[in-house]
Amino acid sequence: MEYTILILLLPLFSFVLLGLTGMKMKPAIAGMIGTVVLGAVLVLSYYTAFDYFSAGRDASGCYPTLMPYNPTWLPFTETLNISLGILLDPISVMMLIVISTVSFMVHIYSFGYMKGEKGFQRYYAFLSLFTMSMLGLVVATNIFQMYLFWELVGVSSYLLIGFYYTKKEAIAASKKAFIVTRFADLGFLIGILFYGYYAGTFSFTPQLQALATAGAIIPLSLGLMFIGGAGKSAMFPLHIWLPDAMEGPTPVSALIHAATMVVAGVYLVARMFPLFIGYAPEVLHWVAYIGAFTAFYAAAVACVQSDIKRVLAFSTISQIGFMMVALGVCTSSDPHDGGLGYMASMFHLFTHAMFKALLFLGAGCIIHAVHSNEMSTMGGLRKYMPITHITFLIACLAIAGIVPFSGFFSKDEILTACFGFSPVMGWVMSIIAAMTAFYMFRLYYGIFWGKENKELHAAHHPHEAPLSMTVPLIILAAVTCVAGFIPFGEFISSDGQAYAIHLDKQVAITSTCISVVSILFATFMYAREKQPVADKLASTFKGLHKAAYHRFYIDEIYQFVTHKIIFRCISTPIAWFDRHVIDQFMNFMAWSTNACSEEIRGLQSGNVQQYARVFLSGALLLLIILLLI
Amino acid sequence: MINIEYYLIVSTIMMFAGVYGFFTRRNLLAILISVELILNSVDINFAVFNRFLFPGQLEGFFFAMFAIGVSAAETAVAIAIIINIYRNLRNIQVRNMNEMKG
Repeated sequence: MEYTILILLLPLFSFVLLGLTGMKMKPAIAGMIGTVVLGAVLVLSYYTAFDYFSAGRDASGCYPTLMPYNPTWLPFTETLNISLGILLDPISVMMLIVISTVSFMVHIYSFGYMKGEKGFQRYYAFLSLFTMSMLGLVVATNIFQMYLFWELVGVSSYLLIGFYYTKKEAIAASKKAFIVTRFADLGFLIGILFYGYYAGTFSFTPQLQALATAGAIIPLSLGLMFIGGAGKSAMFPLHIWLPDAMEGPTPVSALIHAATMVVAGVYLVARMFPLFIGYAPEVLHWVAYIGAFTAFYAAAVACVQSDIKRVLAFSTISQIGFMMVALGVCTSSDPHDGGLGYMASMFHLFTHAMFKALLFLGAGCIIHAVHSNEMSTMGGLRKYMPITHITFLIACLAIAGIVPFSGFFSKDEILTACFGFSPVMGWVMSIIAAMTAFYMFRLYYGIFWGKENKELHAAHHPHEAPLSMTVPLIILAAVTCVAGFIPFGEFISSDGQAYAIHLDKQVAITSTCISVVSILFATFMYAREKQPVADKLASTFKGLHKAAYHRFYIDEIYQFVTHKIIFRCISTPIAWFDRHVIDQFMNFMAWSTNACSEEIRGLQSGNVQQYARVFLSGALLLLIILLLI
Repeated sequence: MINIEYYLIVSTIMMFAGVYGFFTRRNLLAILISVELILNSVDINFAVFNRFLFPGQLEGFFFAMFAIGVSAAETAVAIAIIINIYRNLRNIQVRNMNEMKG
């Protein structure tokens, strides 16, 4: 399967080509190049998946872990080295499919959405860079390669959030995203170094005796790695960058901040899953608690936001929380006994990537039509944009967990895994699932039903998006309709054996009932022109509403800690020391050298005879000294 | 038989006459001639030391010959430089040559 290297090289090639010569091309040609290359990557990824899964299981009943390429790049010791290669196992192949599909859809979609934008070619170059780095991240053969590509996706995310580089908010958001994730990556790096030092390798499957001697360091390093994952996956309290990242172009939000990059943290935990289960189950449970809290927090905030992209951003955070919880509630690697969450998490990752990309692309169509993110400018749009309306509804039903859309199946597995862990966790996650259904339908009704902003729509007639934007919506909606019926356990499970998904009837019925009730509640509150119940609730719980609208002031707390405490008490004195002590010392050195030269410059008269005179007197002086001594 | 001291006195006088000329002349050609005086005094020393101290050998004589050849070449170069200076500055007075001043 050596051709898999092309999956990485093709987008890299298109990035270099578009990056170097793109500005000289016509925008449409540059976009075509990017899209065609991505199409080739898509075909290759699907072929890889077909090839990999049709090759069959090995003697132990697992799909084998293949490494078609794994050249050593930096050898340190016998076992400790950094390789760059390609690793194929069920989850990386699954991620290849997710990334290439969503990325291809976004490439097509961007033709319509970004039409006429300044820097269209640059945009496609960055998309290629991002796709390359994300694909490299998932096929990494060792934790260090993963880290390299991890940083690369961070950079491309930074570049794409700040795509509108003349817009102040976009610049601030891109910096915020980069700094927050970079700060979290510090933990990741320290974790990797601990792991490399004590386990003696960067590979995902270390020698068992090395791990035995490492002892308590392995849980510590896994915990540190999870901090990196929490930063990328926007887990509380490192989530603050993701809502702001919505300043980027909407297709970018769909690709990076909904479907692929933000699930890198989940993928990291899944990748290290055997180590987590074997050596640090308590760390894994912490992952679950953090994930559950994040899911709850984000769902609560999403219920009151008025910017549609922010609602989707918080919903993404919440859904990633679900995936983290599913991984965290695993107690063994046997899917029949406590290991179900691994499969559930990967399944949800897969379905979520599709329907959340669909939601974001749909939101892009809406923003394209009304030129605003605010829900107040929308309402009643179902008449104007039927395709967007239907596909958006399908995605909302999927995320709410309604049969037969994909989200129902994956969320049901997650809830089953949670109930298997503890009933409390199961009920908490069920309530969050209900909140999910509620805020998604609040969003849906706010956009397509509810109170129409008639003056605005009369002045600026909303229209259905062009074909290049609706086709990806239809494709993703089709995937969302059928993805739930994929026998996911056949391909991916925690111990590698085939696992037949069976619905837990009780959980399925409970969660569906709860979701339907929430949807009905949202319908009751938001579907009509007048919304007395919603207004009344908002005014009754005024403080709570306001706090949730301001995201429970987490950003303000960060602002306070960084500006008032860190900047004022640490950075300012250090800056003073730098400016007044170190700089002044250097200035003094320069000044004294300068002053000395001023004094002695007179000696250099340019008169050769004077030089000769000095030379001769010096020589005579030396002679006299030598004669006298 | 003339004693070695007389030769050395002559060469010392030549040497210091050259040094004096080098310091005091204002004309580049005069300075060049002074330098030639210094060189020739050294040549005399070579010949004299060889003649009186190491009579059986020839190194001093050859070295003197060699120094004469080198000084001839050096004079040619110096004249070329002086001509170039003249072309640029229209005179060869040494006080005008202070372009290298700090």
